[in-house]
Amino acid sequence: MSGREKFYWLMGGVLAVLIVASLAARVLRARATAEVSRAVVANLVSRIRAWWVMVAIFAVAFLAGPIATLLLFACMSFFALREFVTLTPTKHADHVPLFLCFFVLIPLQYGLIGYGWYGLFAILIPVYAFLVLPAVAALAGDPDRYLERTAKIQWAVMVTVYCVSYTPALLLLRIPGYEGQDALLIFYLLLIAQMSDVLQYVFGKLFGRTRLAPAVSPSKTLEGLIGGGLAATALGGAMYWITPFSPLQSLGMAFLIVVMGFFGGLTLSAVKRSLGVKDWGAMIEGHGGMLDRIDSLSFAAPVFFHLTRYFF
Amino acid sequence: MTPLGAILCGVMRVLVGAHAYWQAPPDSAQSIYFANHTSHIDTLAIWAALEPRLRAHTRPVAARDYWDRGALRRHVARKVLNVVFVERHKEGHGDPLAPLAAALAEGSSLILFPEGTRGTGPLPAAFRSGLYNLALRFPEVRLVPVYLENLHRAMPKGTFIPIPVVCTVRFGAPLARLAAEARESFLERARAAVVALA
Repeated sequence: MSGREKFYWLMGGVLAVLIVASLAARVLRARATAEVSRAVVANLVSRIRAWWVMVAIFAVAFLAGPIATLLLFACMSFFALREFVTLTPTKHADHVPLFLCFFVLIPLQYGLIGYGWYGLFAILIPVYAFLVLPAVAALAGDPDRYLERTAKIQWAVMVTVYCVSYTPALLLLRIPGYEGQDALLIFYLLLIAQMSDVLQYVFGKLFGRTRLAPAVSPSKTLEGLIGGGLAATALGGAMYWITPFSPLQSLGMAFLIVVMGFFGGLTLSAVKRSLGVKDWGAMIEGHGGMLDRIDSLSFAAPVFFHLTRYFF
Repeated sequence: MTPLGAILCGVMRVLVGAHAYWQAPPDSAQSIYFANHTSHIDTLAIWAALEPRLRAHTRPVAARDYWDRGALRRHVARKVLNVVFVERHKEGHGDPLAPLAAALAEGSSLILFPEGTRGTGPLPAAFRSGLYNLALRFPEVRLVPVYLENLHRAMPKGTFIPIPVVCTVRFGAPLARLAAEARESFLERARAAVVALA
């Protein structure tokens, strides 16, 4: 089967799931009578509607080729960083460093993937941005909360730009016998990370009792994590045929994506709450902000990338 | 809307969002939108936040010394925003409010920054008396307070390029009209209405 054919099969599966979800939501809406369950169903309906839009955008970018895919992820980084900066108390003196983050680092980081310069891609933000941004901020001459401000900006670009960019960086991999199909690994990673979130939410709503970290992320439950995590891992195992992995290896990779994704969601939830909010924004209806949707991806992508790069 | 107007709206959405939040439902009745002023893109932010049917008959009040300079800026001011120019540094004679009164008499709504100049913080400075004088002369026009959140962070005084920060444009309920209110208390009440949205 060619890469294209595999893509169409997968997309068919995703569409089938979305249709079933939309129908199920319709049934639930008809049944919901109590005030509380109505609110939950209304949120569910807007979440599913947003999923249709997100899947459509992704499918178009995927079919349009690698440059469109890079642009899509660059936009995601842009909006996620915008959300992070909005909630971070920056000062006038941070104006130039922030300008560099948005208008130099994002194009450069994604440009390096397009150009195929892996060596610089991997160190641009952890090394060079880490040195240059605080230096530029220091030039502005405002020592008030200096360390706090520069640390927060560095954190923001690490999560929203560096980590997220590892997803389209999968296009850089040259895996013997898997030529021309790298884009499917992006699909694989996205599908498992997102389905893990969705399934943890579903299992949590159905069976959730034991809260894992109520102060950090009140909706995360042990039952949701185990049920949703195992289901997403199984899903990943069943998708081995689009990857260069064997079924068992695919199961292992999926498990890793689920675990990292869970920690991504938990960590960014802690960041969010330390900044005093519940959602990163309101960009994606029912979900919150862009960063609420890609928090798990930002932690899963770099680890998935490196394991694939070293072992395959 | 002109193509350039559509582009400017799109740029505002991407950079700062500029989405509207209405405390009272939006109304196309003639209004003066008065807001805190912290950046050069405040005018564009309110303009982009208004829905097209309101935007069509709303004219921003703009300082001639800034907006009537440079080919592009002048084109945007005159052809896209259809601004009402005011002279900030009035030279002797003439009523500086005359162009504003003329626009109101024509039936246009106005976007006005009663501080007269940009501030540096999240809260507005004291209001100048222009808003009071216009309110007296046009008692039937609605006075809508507007708070621009975060724009002092997107483009602080002294910077030239805005950075992306989500800015919400909050429209409050129209200011109540009190009979025979003194100028100072009116201006303080108007300012408090903007601050209350912060």
